[in-house]
Amino acid sequence: MSSQPVPGPVGRPRGRALPSIFKKQGWQGLLFISPALLLLGLLVVYPMVRTIMLSFADTRANLKFRRWVGFDNFERLFTRDRGFFDHDTFPPEGALVNNLRWVVVYSVVSIGLGLLIAVLAARVRYESILKAIIFIPMAISATAVAIIWKFVYDPDPKIGSLNAVLNTDLSWLGRTDTVNYALIFAYVWASTGFAMVVLSAALKGIPEEIIEAARTDGANEWAIFRRIQFPLLSLPLAVVTVWLVINVIKLFDIIFVMTGGGPGGASEVIAFTMYDETFGNGEGGYGATIAVVMLIMIIPLMIWNISRFRSERVVT
Amino acid sequence: MAAVTFSDVSKTFPDGTTAVSDLDLETEDGEFMVFVGPSGCGKTTALRMVAGLEEISGGEIRIGDRVVNEVSPKDRDVAMVFQTYALYPHLTVYDNIAFSLKLRKEKKEHIDKRVREAARTLGLEPFLDRKPRALSGGQRQRVAMGRAIVREPQAFLMDEPLSNLDAKLRVQMRAEISRLQRTLGVTTIYVTHDQVEAMTMGDRVAVMRKGELQQVAPPQELYDHPLNLFVGGFIGSPAMNLLEATLERSNGGLSAALGDQRLSLGEEALAARPALKRYEGQKVVLGLRPEHLEDAALVTDAPADKRLQGEIELTEALGSELMVHLKVAAPPAVTEEVKELAADIGADVAAELEEAKGEQQTTVVGRFSAESNVKEGETTEVAVDTRALHFFDVESGLGIYDETKGATR
Repeated sequence: MSSQPVPGPVGRPRGRALPSIFKKQGWQGLLFISPALLLLGLLVVYPMVRTIMLSFADTRANLKFRRWVGFDNFERLFTRDRGFFDHDTFPPEGALVNNLRWVVVYSVVSIGLGLLIAVLAARVRYESILKAIIFIPMAISATAVAIIWKFVYDPDPKIGSLNAVLNTDLSWLGRTDTVNYALIFAYVWASTGFAMVVLSAALKGIPEEIIEAARTDGANEWAIFRRIQFPLLSLPLAVVTVWLVINVIKLFDIIFVMTGGGPGGASEVIAFTMYDETFGNGEGGYGATIAVVMLIMIIPLMIWNISRFRSERVVT
Repeated sequence: MAAVTFSDVSKTFPDGTTAVSDLDLETEDGEFMVFVGPSGCGKTTALRMVAGLEEISGGEIRIGDRVVNEVSPKDRDVAMVFQTYALYPHLTVYDNIAFSLKLRKEKKEHIDKRVREAARTLGLEPFLDRKPRALSGGQRQRVAMGRAIVREPQAFLMDEPLSNLDAKLRVQMRAEISRLQRTLGVTTIYVTHDQVEAMTMGDRVAVMRKGELQQVAPPQELYDHPLNLFVGGFIGSPAMNLLEATLERSNGGLSAALGDQRLSLGEEALAARPALKRYEGQKVVLGLRPEHLEDAALVTDAPADKRLQGEIELTEALGSELMVHLKVAAPPAVTEEVKELAADIGADVAAELEEAKGEQQTTVVGRFSAESNVKEGETTEVAVDTRALHFFDVESGLGIYDETKGATR
């Protein structure tokens, strides 16, 4: 290192850390950001803190605080609540396990289909029409999706088109072995469009010349996909995956509308049990505990997602 | 390695535009062929048809003895270098170069040996583990070359590979690519819009205009004997000065009237271009190369009838020589070809040309010796080497040479 003093940038004293925004801007800075801070605090921070507090509490039916119970709620959730996590059976069952099934099956199928359609659609002439059709379910509210598919799965072949097509009269939503896959399929239908649109845009972002270079380098279509397009899609794929996983951890609406968690709790997921405990059983503290568990599951994904966005630009 | 042959090749896009029409050309085995022309002349389309990236609308392309019209790009065994380099951004330099070999499922040791050889040839050894985005423009260009040479293909196809480099690097890479091509002896088709690259690199140069081949010849022949006005105007930097002249008979010989001034053509010019006689009393396009103009004060025996007078607008001292822009009171040649050449340089150049036509003033560029003392704003005399003049037919744009070659009407 040179011993010569190096002049610092103009306007900032050398050797001192960058002053915080408050020191630098004074009360004016604070004033300008205060509306945003106020809203964030009121709508995000306060409810979150309150939820975390409640998760260590017992509440009355009107959700008002009654007494502190420490980690009792958590202990109950993971050891004594069969509906949430039943480890007496093998493989374990319950809403938590069911939700993990959703995470795996739903994400893999949605992304797989979305990617497949994005890649194939790029090769047909009516690409935009095709993509629009597949995207349409995204514009339908989850409740409407649920009602549509409730009809599709109706046991009466006169109403349920699935049974009509298969010439059966199965109660898809009434059997424990089919209910979850039937629900997953409905939700895949509703969200494949999202995966497809994001991946299709990313695919379009790969310069045509790179594909042409691979082609003259001797790559067939499969090699182009596997060695060029797929690796270049890794970031958008990761983003879509995280997005879908977060969404499915919060999953509630279509379960509520289509099955109400049934039959016999077989289609319950985490958010559904939270709702059920809080508003059905009036156990606000216990419901808050479930909410905290959800939060803990989602936070690492959020952190990863944000840091990934910061550290890496899309290469193409 | 193989010859690449175009027989009557044409390309019409679905929207009806014809990019290439009736292209007939044979690139010999091991030859460095340059396609040159202004943007939109079809040179890149022609190249992409060889690579298989564009369908061939008509005619036949052969690589060696094989007709490749229906052969998919991956099976054509040609390597292409793209203007944007088109490196695989997620792969290291090593993997970029090794890509085609891996696809061919060659042995690991063999791939390794070839990649390292190519890297050594191109000076890429220190960068093998880097991703393309961590490389400079020149290094990326080398990787693109490496990807091509490692394959030992039938032919190299290069689409303006140097146009994204800065001027200095371009000159250096120009020489390197030439050297590499001579060493490897691989048939190369090189597309450029830069006529300097065309002149310096090509064994032969094919000049294209609006999808049509104008002339194929070794660079010097192209320069000395342009078949038409377009080739004459396109090849050479600074470009050939093109003026409108009327051929007149005076003192037993022919002379070219440029406005009020006259240039006597002399015996040699007539002997080289017997067809000129038939243009007596008619308008022709006169082409003057800048290097055939010299400050008359430096030429001891320049006769009065081989001089032009003009006002000096601008001088550019390059050290070794002096570029002089002077205004001569004579109309510029304005034909379709000239307009197109001007438009290729820039819209303002094309507009200036029209203006000059109205004013009957032409700006002529001369390449004077550095010893010249001419000053901006002066009126000076310029000695013209009339043996080196070029003449073109006003209507057809064809060069006026002898009776068999060139313009016949």
